[in-house]
Amino acid sequence: MLSSSMFHRGLRLLLLAAAAIVGTLGASATIASAQSDDEAIVKGTITDTDDDGARVGVAGVVISALDAEGTEFGRSTTDGDGNWSIGLSAGTYQILVDVDSLPEGVSLRNPDKNPAEVRLIEGDEKSTLFPLGEALVESAGGVRVIQLAVDGLKVGLIIAMCAIGLSLIYGTTGLTNFAHGEAVTFGAMAAYVFHVVGVFGFRMPLIPATVITVVICGASGGLFNRLVWAKMRRRGASLIAALVMSIGFSILFRYVMLFQFGGRAGFYDDFRLQTKWDFGVFSIAPKDIVLMVLSIVVLVGVASALQFTRMGKAMRAVSDNRDLAESSGIDVERVISSVWIAGSALAGLGGVFLAVTESISWDMGFRVLLLMFAGVTLGGLGTAYGALFGSIIVGLFIQLSTLVIPTDMKNVGALIMLVLILLVRPQGLLGRRERIG
Amino acid sequence: MTADNTLNRFAGVPWEPGAAKSDPVLVVDGVRRAFGGLVAVDVDHLEVQRGAITALIGPNGAGKTTFFNLLTNFDTPDAGTRRFEGQELSRVPAHRVASLGMVRTFQLTKSLSKMSVIDNMLLGATHQRGESLRRSLLPFTWRGQEAANTARADELLERFKLSHMRNEYAGTLSGGQRKLLEMARALMVEPTMVMLDEPMAGVNPALKQSLLDHVKGLRDLGMTVLFVEHDMDMVQEISDWVVVMAEGRIIAEGPPSSIGENQAVVDAYLGAHHDAPLDLGEDR
Amino acid sequence: MDWGAILENTIRGLIGEQFIYFALAAIGLNIHFGFTGLLNFGQAVFMAAGAYGLSMAVATLGLNFWLGLVLGIIVFPLILALIMGVPTLRLRSDYLAIVTIAASEMFRIIARSPSLDRWTGSSDGLTGFANTFYELSPFDRSQRYFFGIFIGNQMWVVLVGWVAVVLVSVGVWAVLRSPWGRVLRAIREDEDAARSLGKNAYWFKMQALILGGVIGALGGMLRAIGTQSAQPQNFITDVTFFAWVALILGGVAKVGGPILGAAILYGILSFTDILLRQMVEAGIISTSVMDGTQVGQVRFMLIGLGLVLLAAFRPQGILGSKEEMALDDR
Ligand SMILES: Nc1ncnc2c1ncn2[C@@H]1O[C@H](COP(=O)(O)OP(=O)(O)OP(=O)(O)O)[C@@H](O)[C@H]1O
Ligand SMILES: [Mg+2]
Repeated sequence: MLSSSMFHRGLRLLLLAAAAIVGTLGASATIASAQSDDEAIVKGTITDTDDDGARVGVAGVVISALDAEGTEFGRSTTDGDGNWSIGLSAGTYQILVDVDSLPEGVSLRNPDKNPAEVRLIEGDEKSTLFPLGEALVESAGGVRVIQLAVDGLKVGLIIAMCAIGLSLIYGTTGLTNFAHGEAVTFGAMAAYVFHVVGVFGFRMPLIPATVITVVICGASGGLFNRLVWAKMRRRGASLIAALVMSIGFSILFRYVMLFQFGGRAGFYDDFRLQTKWDFGVFSIAPKDIVLMVLSIVVLVGVASALQFTRMGKAMRAVSDNRDLAESSGIDVERVISSVWIAGSALAGLGGVFLAVTESISWDMGFRVLLLMFAGVTLGGLGTAYGALFGSIIVGLFIQLSTLVIPTDMKNVGALIMLVLILLVRPQGLLGRRERIG
Repeated sequence: MTADNTLNRFAGVPWEPGAAKSDPVLVVDGVRRAFGGLVAVDVDHLEVQRGAITALIGPNGAGKTTFFNLLTNFDTPDAGTRRFEGQELSRVPAHRVASLGMVRTFQLTKSLSKMSVIDNMLLGATHQRGESLRRSLLPFTWRGQEAANTARADELLERFKLSHMRNEYAGTLSGGQRKLLEMARALMVEPTMVMLDEPMAGVNPALKQSLLDHVKGLRDLGMTVLFVEHDMDMVQEISDWVVVMAEGRIIAEGPPSSIGENQAVVDAYLGAHHDAPLDLGEDR
Repeated sequence: MDWGAILENTIRGLIGEQFIYFALAAIGLNIHFGFTGLLNFGQAVFMAAGAYGLSMAVATLGLNFWLGLVLGIIVFPLILALIMGVPTLRLRSDYLAIVTIAASEMFRIIARSPSLDRWTGSSDGLTGFANTFYELSPFDRSQRYFFGIFIGNQMWVVLVGWVAVVLVSVGVWAVLRSPWGRVLRAIREDEDAARSLGKNAYWFKMQALILGGVIGALGGMLRAIGTQSAQPQNFITDVTFFAWVALILGGVAKVGGPILGAAILYGILSFTDILLRQMVEAGIISTSVMDGTQVGQVRFMLIGLGLVLLAAFRPQGILGSKEEMALDDR
């Protein structure tokens, strides 16, 4: 982690950049909202096996979505990698592969499953598979528990990255920041703008786009603190007023993003669909391995920064006991400012990661926010390490719970867990009881 | 009953920590509370005599407030038992402790700012019929009781020199007035034992004197008082018995006159090996 | 631009069905937050409890309408309050906030899950449960009433709604000036003080949660009756914040606050809504800036912005007093 003085020196520059970006967001991002009434997506990949046994996408296959009467609502043609996707509004559709568009000598393995029926609810993103003749079926494979645990770990690491800021902001200022989810969405969206939409007609690969995004997120977090929350603290506003404000911001930002980007899910061009590596007991896409490794590196970095740097120690001290920290000469406002910058940057990075493994949508952050709350509560509100452990457990729990509950309700499991934790150990795994009297 | 009578109750009680009393209303055994590595309270044994005024003194950070919290179940001890009138308190929630007759005030006053002074007082009354949601809609079931409570509250406000503030928001009171309000409110509960955490901090001397008389009057009516106080004059003046805490432990007990000469107490207040006797105000 | 339509819509907003649903939801919230200090961000779920209690009873289980009323106004909100309250009411107020928001999300997931379609109708929701209600209507369904603003069935809903709003407000006013209400206010101010005086804060908070939830459920049930359908879309998380804005706008901890707030809020929302739509239609706002579906999103932005500005600059609302706010010694 950077030292705080560097944070502050860089801040002014970053703010300029952020202002420029916000401007371009307004100008360029409406492109995506052309189909804003699409509420859900159905997608898939049509692949065949080549002579070496490797899977290759089949291009040029036509897929359409029909309703029960046979009216067509959308159509897609597979690209070079065999990918297709159709944006639709909520409802029930028959997804039909035009068999005539398949290459010579290739046929569907289960012709009776064409068309396939899908039922879409708003925000859905469903995959429909049409395995070909001799081709391998794309399946989770492996031992289900291990597969789910690996997926859960991945989700948990990303939640953790997003949640550290939430927890530290709570610890240092007492604010339960409901707008933290929008920092996650903002990260995913900003990278989308640089990478897919383009700024002044220039589009860059995802990796540099992510770097810029993280900087912008940190800067806007710092700016947000300075323009709003620092003022509120100085005015001595009550924590409840601040909490209500953060909810207001959350709604405002969320709907501004919906307005700009539309309700449809988006994807980055890079790393979009990768063949999974099969490790026998589980399989995983290479990008997900990279994400997990990167998340671990970042989280270990954050933990050691908290443990060993001066600013990190100061952050923990302020979280622990603000008055004591202040009286022992720590510049509390400066620490809080750094917490906002670092926490928002991490949330933005988490947003990009989440978008890479899943997709981008206007309310992705809000949904993760609830999982963050579950993680942070489990670990102990206000403790940085608690957020880390709690989130990972929540991630594992969400995925593993699909062993017993329907996948579309997996997040319910995490939220139920949240309630149970509060019943059993409200201060969380690493938390502490409070002073009275 | 006279003060002498009360003093007699301590006849034969040894002047040492954990001494047994003739008629203890509260008995504490092995109560311990640690915050992380810091052991804030570690009391082996303490008995509080019924119908007497007991002072709990000790340097800052000795653990007095924490001990109060543990006795009233506002905080849970890591170990130990507390018995009030023979009843073990471990599984009794804080509000039940109050309705058993043990009422406490807070060092940092908790006056209810956006409620009027009289409403603050009325809140203290127990067994209010109108506090049931069902009956709240039927005013005739609770009007009479409310009127009686109001009369009693007004008497107490008079006593505590707060009558003129009766209808003001409690948030407009001064610091000392809040202390008074909190004490008066605790008395509205009609407790058998009151526990006051620094009740007189910030109260002007003239009023203090009249309140001390009031507290003595309460004792003479049979109420037990346990209070924390740093002002040694006051301790000397009204307490029948003094308990000294330092670093979480009870280090001395005895009548007020005995405490100043106790070497352990002198060490606790001034650091070890200080020879001069401690001026705890007994000669004024 | 049709100014007549704009005027009519604005009046509808001020006193019509939407106003009634949200006035009731906000009155419930006022008991929670205004008088007890509970941070309930799941009022929409209480509303949903009312809506689904009635509609599931009638449409799914085939019970009669009156049993449905009991289920929707009493049983469902009671169960919900227990689920959300038992784990959190012993804890600092943030936890109720988190759990209630989580409950909203759970409701969304569960109500829309196709696997429960048989019970809830998933995304499409349930219909056909309100016939008994409309059969009782004294109004002719083909006539227009109240200066032609409401057609017969709407007039019936609005009339019943207004009676409910008035009765509930009077009840709330009476309850809150009793000793019971005094304990709630004490808990809002300082829970530890109330406990030190022998008040079972946990139980009082639970009662307040239930009472406010029941009133919210009444609002939600009227909404389901008024739209003749119980749909997840009408009870999503953001719906809660409409009630919050109405409450804070009107005045927290004032009995009339939620009513005034809901009227003003829906007056403003209806006005901007129809104005924007007409401007889009008339081509005054070009479709490259905003199209029809985006008008609905603007309403949410206004709600968000409203919450921010109110919390920052006028947390006491229209009816609240500045002096009282200043006593907040946090
Ligand atoms: N919730 C808590 N967390 C951590 N430490 C605590 C907590 N409550 C009390 N302590 C510590 O326990 C010790 C005893 O505190 P306590 O408030 O009981 O002292 P006291 O005797 O009342 O002091 P004073 O006379 O200044 O009021 C102190 O060192 C304090 O820092
Ligand atoms: Mg103390």
